[in-house]
Amino acid sequence: MNPYASVTQLRSGLDNGDFSADELAHFYLDRIDAAEDLNCFITVDAEGVLAAAKRADKAIADKRIGPLTGIPIAHKDIFCTRGLLTSCASRMLNNFVAPYDATVVDRLKRAGAITIGKTNMDEFAMGSSNETSFYGPVKNPWDRECVPGGSSGGSAAAVAAGLAAACTGSDTGGSIRQPASFCGVTGLKPTYGRVSRYGMIAFASSLDQGGPLARSASDAGTLLNAMEGYDPNDSTSAIADPTDIFSSSRALKIGIPSQYWNDLSPSLTKVLEEARRTLESLGHRAVPVELPHTNAATAVYYVIAGAEASTNLSRYDGIRYGHRAASPENLEDLYQFSRSEGFGSEVKRRILTGTYALSVGYYDAYYLKAQQIRRLIRQDFLDAFGEADVILTPVSPSTAFKREALIEDPISMYQQDIYTTPASLAGLPALSLPCGVSDQMPVGMQFIGPHFGESLLLTLGREYQSETDWHALHPADNHD
Amino acid sequence: MDQQTIDKLLSLSRLSLLPDDREKLLRDLSSIVGLVDFMRSIDTEGVEPLAHPLEVTQRLRPDEPDTSFDQEHYQAIAPQIRDGLYLVPRVVE
Repeated sequence: MNPYASVTQLRSGLDNGDFSADELAHFYLDRIDAAEDLNCFITVDAEGVLAAAKRADKAIADKRIGPLTGIPIAHKDIFCTRGLLTSCASRMLNNFVAPYDATVVDRLKRAGAITIGKTNMDEFAMGSSNETSFYGPVKNPWDRECVPGGSSGGSAAAVAAGLAAACTGSDTGGSIRQPASFCGVTGLKPTYGRVSRYGMIAFASSLDQGGPLARSASDAGTLLNAMEGYDPNDSTSAIADPTDIFSSSRALKIGIPSQYWNDLSPSLTKVLEEARRTLESLGHRAVPVELPHTNAATAVYYVIAGAEASTNLSRYDGIRYGHRAASPENLEDLYQFSRSEGFGSEVKRRILTGTYALSVGYYDAYYLKAQQIRRLIRQDFLDAFGEADVILTPVSPSTAFKREALIEDPISMYQQDIYTTPASLAGLPALSLPCGVSDQMPVGMQFIGPHFGESLLLTLGREYQSETDWHALHPADNHD
Repeated sequence: MDQQTIDKLLSLSRLSLLPDDREKLLRDLSSIVGLVDFMRSIDTEGVEPLAHPLEVTQRLRPDEPDTSFDQEHYQAIAPQIRDGLYLVPRVVE
């Protein structure tokens, strides 16, 4: 069995009887065991997987086949899974067995997918290196000394290492796209509102969006179709037509924003230029566009995300669920000790930053100012989409960096998100896909589209991936 | 950013820190404030704040009775309960 088979290939293998869902589940469970040192998973539900695989085999025999019947996928541990630990990689939720399924989990189950486990991540999705997890860092399967990116680092590394056919992730300021880039997989952050946030543990509610990490744009589309759609349980869920993942390609104007390309290192510029030439050779035309407020995005993002996080995380009080400090003397101590013990240092840093931005005397200078610039950033994109159909940018200023290289320096870590936060602030869909290697590590590029333009991004991604093989590269496999 | 501000933020956030962590936090928050102060250089005169990327009104469900949550199921994950109530340290003597 090929651990790097696409969802499409697994679908036909299962339907043709080349292998059973039970065999497939055993195959991935064995691989997960063998790759334990990568630390991709917080929870693996072997018993549940095998029971679900038996049901899938019965469904396939009865010709009741959904798009993902029998296909093992993993969920980022930010999605609530009924009866399974849902920790958000935090000590705060180290004992939290979710009492219900997130809408994303429920929809993927209905499409037939088997939940093979829950993937490791940065604590409460706050991080760009997967080093803030209570369960320890995830290693990058391309180079075990390097980070996989974050915060959906476990999901990206699991797909890259062939431990699951695809994974879910969540993206607040780049948390699907940057790990996808660092691990050489394809990740999509959908338009804000396209995928329900119900049961996805909240970090920054005006930015958070769930999406797929997969082997190709085609597989990402298959997952998106299963995940997306209006949900009455999420008051910010958008009413939109399902994404057309089979639309045919047309000649596009591809916007090249100087603000994203000018400061790029020579080695990444070389890879990105080559990708641009490939896209041009497919009949698309590169046009210059301007996104003048790009350099303010990191500051705006850390104010808004911090403010929303400080509000969202005030729910963790040690009373109804989650970590509770032992024998507090009074209610104030109960709150303070439970929170101080339950949250790690990056989470505390963000709560305090957000509290500062929202506090009396600073609200106008920080929070309100950030919201004003957020509008300018969004307007830049709307203007650019008057000139171009899609915008092409790098995903990250570097390839995967070494563990511990940036963890003590929050500012350098935050600046890793410089190319991904603008689309988040504007609520735009963005696709991260492999476009080359630099020093033996994968490099990703980003397509940013207009609101609800996922079809355009995925079609262009499929077209690029039918012309190139970067998405088909995988790390040297030490476990076979 | 000074120790007094840190104290106030910690108290508002219901958090506490070890003495060593306080020094680092002061340094980190000072540099984060330095980073976000870049926003001052942007002219936002007359720009409406943007709270939500799609600028749509939040949609509410119809106000109709629906299946209720199962209290026992949801309280099974609570640290301390008795007779369906959440227990906390004594508030009124």
